Amino acid sequence: MAKEIKRSDGRKADEFRPITAKVGVIPNADGSAMFAFGKTVAIAAVYGPRLLHPQHMQDPQKAILRCNYDLLSFSVADRKRPGPNRRAQEISKVTEWALSPVIDLKEFPSTVIDVQIYILQADAGTRTAGINAASMALAQAGIPMSDLVCSVAVGKNDKTLLVDLTKEEEDYEEGEGATDFAVAKPANSEAFSLLQMDGKISPSLIPEATALASEACKKIYEAQKAALKESVTSKNSGEKTK
Amino acid sequence: MSSMEVSNLTRETLKKMFSEGKRFDSRELNDFRDLTIEFDVSNKAEGSARVRLGQTEVVVGIKLGFGEPYPDSPDKGNLMVSGDFLPLASPRFEQGPPKYDAIELPRLVDRAIRESGMIDLPKLCITEGEKVWTVFIDVYPINDDGNLIDAACLAAVAALSKAKIPVLGSDGKIDFDKPAKDPLPLSEGIVPISLSFFKLGDSIFLDPTREEQEASEARITFGFSTWNGQLMSNSCQKYGDAVFTQEDVEKMMSLVPKKIEELDKKLKANL
Repeated sequence: MAKEIKRSDGRKADEFRPITAKVGVIPNADGSAMFAFGKTVAIAAVYGPRLLHPQHMQDPQKAILRCNYDLLSFSVADRKRPGPNRRAQEISKVTEWALSPVIDLKEFPSTVIDVQIYILQADAGTRTAGINAASMALAQAGIPMSDLVCSVAVGKNDKTLLVDLTKEEEDYEEGEGATDFAVAKPANSEAFSLLQMDGKISPSLIPEATALASEACKKIYEAQKAALKESVTSKNSGEKTK
Repeated sequence: MSSMEVSNLTRETLKKMFSEGKRFDSRELNDFRDLTIEFDVSNKAEGSARVRLGQTEVVVGIKLGFGEPYPDSPDKGNLMVSGDFLPLASPRFEQGPPKYDAIELPRLVDRAIRESGMIDLPKLCITEGEKVWTVFIDVYPINDDGNLIDAACLAAVAALSKAKIPVLGSDGKIDFDKPAKDPLPLSEGIVPISLSFFKLGDSIFLDPTREEQEASEARITFGFSTWNGQLMSNSCQKYGDAVFTQEDVEKMMSLVPKKIEELDKKLKANL
């Protein structure tokens, strides 16, 4: 476990920024959700399963999961040129792999499940926030899933492991500098569906980092479940979300 | 794992063999194929290398040019890694816009090298905020028989280690005709190495052939280097639908020091 160090926002090493999770934020979508770590805000919409065109892309044995992640142009300090770049393409693909292990794709042959993820405001941890939002949106869309996927970035400043780094912490330069380690896992299994890291970390510390991420994911799971439950009960009580 | 599927029969056979610790070419699961490195593939490049890992072959050329620094690093040179999966190298590669694998490879090589600090980018600044050297690392697979990323990273590091800075003419432009002397500024003793673990069923193996790679269900690529005398991981990325368990992570990390030492030795013997 990480030892106590001073973080500029006063958090403990294993403490998240305030988490906000909300389901049903895009009425047009079959499922949608918003997930925020502090100032990082992601929204996700799920459309489908629906027929996939062009036909030659169809898989007669299962549905295709198609994720698209991108930053909105105004979500970062220097305006991002609209349209996907290589970074966004890469994150889209690893997001697909992060989510696919829990989805029963065989249920819907020849179709596509589209997951659209956009970042409204970026302060590090955008891919993990996006995966958390997408997982809730898939659940709300009623896609058969074996589990929810939870995602968090565990990082490191010098030698100390930290949960949920901010942009400022990602830019830490002293000692061993900053390491950013994005992890995703099905909430109820000890296996990882996303592992992506940049920085400087001793190989012997990597299992510790993944174990810390596992532990941290439990809190995300609770937030996701609470948001999903709330979306159901608020509908039952006749309060329609606009 | 790739667009061209291996047959179920091959996959099941490989899965069974891996679970018994066997491979078609009689290597151990964690053995690399024979590595050879050649230099000076092109005399027009500032540095170049060809790496062969068994039947896999990759060439890398380094070019230098002027560039404008990025706003967040006005006093550092630029690094740009690109690659192209030429239809020359495999019946699997097609003409047209790059697919995911062709986008991912240069990005992983970029991160392994950039994050290790191998290139001393501050020394490549010419005028702060205005003009810097851009180091282009261009990766071309020549024959794809699996494990292109690790091979590409070895080739890139080899090419960088021999790269020279071109001479400036009296008009301030680059004079490519004059023989270059000054070596590219590199940080002493830093040799980034990429190590990709592949998973099929419950088995984890290194340096797959094309067939083994296509049968695999997931891959995880790590970049390693030495920092202050300590082995560090600088990057990692998972590929594919299957998952790695906490136990897998621990098993892979326990293998790392020995494997890196082995590759580091082989690489340095060639530099």
